[in-house]
This record gives sequence, C-alpha cells and structure tokens, in this order.
Amino acid sequence: MSDFLSRYGGEILTLTYEHLWLTAAAMLFATAVSVPAGIWLTRAPRWANPVIGVANILQTVPSLAMFGFLLPLPWLGERAARIAILALTAYALLPIVRNTYAGIRGIDPSVVEVAHALGLTGAQRLWKVELPLAAPFILAGLRTATVTCIGIATIAAAVGAGGLGELIFRGVASMDNRLVLAGAIPAALLALAADALLGLLERRFKVAGP
Amino acid sequence: MSAAIEFRDVSFSTPQGRLLLDHVAFTVEEGTTTAVLGRSGSGKTTLLRTVNRLIEPTGGHVLLHGKDVRQSDLIALRRGIGYAIQETGLFPHFTVERNVGLVLEAEGRSRGERGRRSHELLEAVGLDPSVFARRFPHQLSGGQRQRVGLARALAAQPGVLLMDEPFGALDPLTRAEMQDMVRGLLARLEITVLLVTHDLDEALYLAQRIVLLGEGKLVSELEPSEFMRSDQPEVTEYIRAFRRGENSAARSVGAQRGTP
Repeated sequence: MSDFLSRYGGEILTLTYEHLWLTAAAMLFATAVSVPAGIWLTRAPRWANPVIGVANILQTVPSLAMFGFLLPLPWLGERAARIAILALTAYALLPIVRNTYAGIRGIDPSVVEVAHALGLTGAQRLWKVELPLAAPFILAGLRTATVTCIGIATIAAAVGAGGLGELIFRGVASMDNRLVLAGAIPAALLALAADALLGLLERRFKVAGP
Repeated sequence: MSAAIEFRDVSFSTPQGRLLLDHVAFTVEEGTTTAVLGRSGSGKTTLLRTVNRLIEPTGGHVLLHGKDVRQSDLIALRRGIGYAIQETGLFPHFTVERNVGLVLEAEGRSRGERGRRSHELLEAVGLDPSVFARRFPHQLSGGQRQRVGLARALAAQPGVLLMDEPFGALDPLTRAEMQDMVRGLLARLEITVLLVTHDLDEALYLAQRIVLLGEGKLVSELEPSEFMRSDQPEVTEYIRAFRRGENSAARSVGAQRGTP
C-alpha cells in the first residue's frame, strides 16, 4: 500500500488537481450561461419548453460519444482540455437552467405581484426579490451539475484531457484494480465533498418558512 | 373637492375574450375612501389593478389626479400608490423593518431615513418597533402580517392607497380590530383609498362611498346610507345575500361549538 502510494501519490495529486480544474472551468461557463438563460426564460416563458428540451437532449448524449463528436472540430480538437470543458459545460446546463427557471417561477405570486406594485425596477426585482428567494433552488441545480460533472470528467481521459479518469483507464487496460481505485476513490471523494459543501451553502440561503 | 381617481368607461376583456369590466365609470374624490363591493368574479380586483397598471384596460381610461395613468412613468406611478392585499405579499427573506422600508430602499433613501420611517409606520399600525422590527414575516400572526403590509403600503407617503380584501383572511375579532385601526389611521392621513371588499359591514364602516359591481358593470355608486336605503333590485339583492351568508356562517360556527 505504502509502496503504491509512494509510486503513484504524486500522480494522483496532479490528476486530482486536473480533474478539479476541468470541472471548475466547466461549472463556471455553465453557470455564466445557465443562470442568465434561466432568468430570461422566466421573462419569455414560451421559450422555456424548447430551451429546456434542448438542454435535456444534450444531457442524454452518452458522454463518450459527446467527447468523440467534439474531437474532429477545429480549434477544439487541438487541446483535449477544451473538448472536455465544453462537453462538461453541456452536461451542466440542464440542471442549472431548469432550477433557475423553476426557482423563480415558484416564488409566491403575491410576493412577485407586490414587488411590481411597489414600483421596483426590473433589476431591483431580480436582485432584491427573485434571486434571493430562488437561491436555494439555483444552488441545488449547481450542486447536481457539479456532482454530475465530477463523474463525467473521468471519461475525459478517453480523449486525453487528463483527470482522474487516466488512472481508471490505465487500470482497466492493465487489469490493475489498484489503479482503477486510485482514480475512482478520489473522484468519489471529490463528488461527496462538492455535494456537502454546496449543500451547506444551499441551506444557508433557505428562507425559514411558516 | 377634486377627483383623485377617475374611471372613464373602463373595460377589460381577457385575451380569451371574457369581458371582466364593462364600461365602468366613477370618480373617487381626494381624501375619501370608496369601497368597491361585489361578489367573486364581479371584476372588483381587476378594476383596482387598473389604477397601478398591474392590468392595462382594453378600453377607456384611468386618471390619477387628472392624468391618464398610461402616460405616467410606470415605476414612478407605482411608487406613488400604496398597495395592500389579502395575501400581504411580504418578502419572506426580509425583516419587518426592511419590508416596510423597501420602497424607500428602491428609491435610494439613506438607511437612517428608512429605519426612522419604518419605526414610525410600525407604530402607526399598532406594532411596537422594538419588538417587531427585527422579526421575519413567518414569525408574525396573520393580523400582524396584515399590519406590516399596510405599513409598507404607506411607506412612501402615497396619495392613493389601494386595498384588496386586506382583512379577508383574518378571524372576525382580529378583523374588527384591524378595521378600527385602519379607520383611525385613514382619518389622520387624509389619503384617498380604494378598498375592494365583499364585506358589506366593512364597506359601511370604512367608506364614504360604496360602489357595487356586478358582472363587470357598475351597478350603483352611493353613500353608505343611500346604499342601505336603495330600492335598486341588484343592491337589495346584494344586501340580502350578504346577510344570508353571514347568518349561515354564524350557524356553522354555532354548529362547530355544539350549540343549536
């Protein structure tokens, strides 16, 4: 065991860092796109079904196939990390868009009505009322997306983007279960940690009910 | 006296073609309270909402202090009109104090001014600021929430106050208390009030004029004493129906208590 760790410990750390970096970059992009998109959908609800539908379809593409589709594209194909980040971003869109939309639409209608009636501007309504009240839902979407991305990021090793998947693929190829676990266990721990951390944040934003 | 609110042939039909308001025309004088009575579905809430343009009429005009509300800047118009509703619509994530001061916050007034005004208004609606200012809406009773809603509606010193069944969800004792408080407050403030209610006694107690709506049409517009003496069939029918409803409600309360 200590032999194994002294041989692979450094690599596990580097790959964990890579894994985190891929996921974090994808989550950043996905949040920057999905939260505004979700807000926009609450203003133009007739687009909600088509947009959420497209995000839904993206979600159903098998991850290995998604990485494969993106491989031949110019610019993207040059660096495996670009492919990985784009693919992970695509998977993260749905939970965030859907939860942002549902979170804002789910606010007590009388609260929204009064926000209008008191003469709050669109931006004031959004920042003072809608986003704070929808925050637990949006964070729940972020949490789902993050955990999903950490899982799917292991597949990114198939196109050479690095991450903990590397150890898993190598372990499978060489039939070395220790290597598979050396990839799988840190990935699972990352997912659990992200889940716990974001869960904590989500509870922090929850408004006490009656 | 001059007109604070004027409805000129106001009509509203839904996109599906249902006519909810049918050429309603009457005037609310400055500094008076007008109650809009009617059964559910008579169009009273729809009418109220045309004043602050939560609903845009499909026909006619609503004038506020002589000016068509459609020609006013929407945000400025709404900040000049108080709005209190049965569900209160208190912001659950804000303290009572911040709820009350939100319009002032939206206008960019200083924290000190907002705090002072909130405390002043809480006192005016009968809530001790030292007890209630820091509480959240879910820590209040129904009546207290309603008081906060009213304080918030008055925060920007609006010339006009719109109230939609503000006491509808309260028990009879709390409702009577609230009505007393509001009656005193309105008399002090000399504010113009449009009060939507289905409660005849509330209208008689609080309003100087009573408007009865039926199926989107104005049935009558009278002083309370004239209203009670009116021999117009729709008016007498409403009064009779209201009393009947009241009696049956009283009977069912009696039945629950096990008295005959």
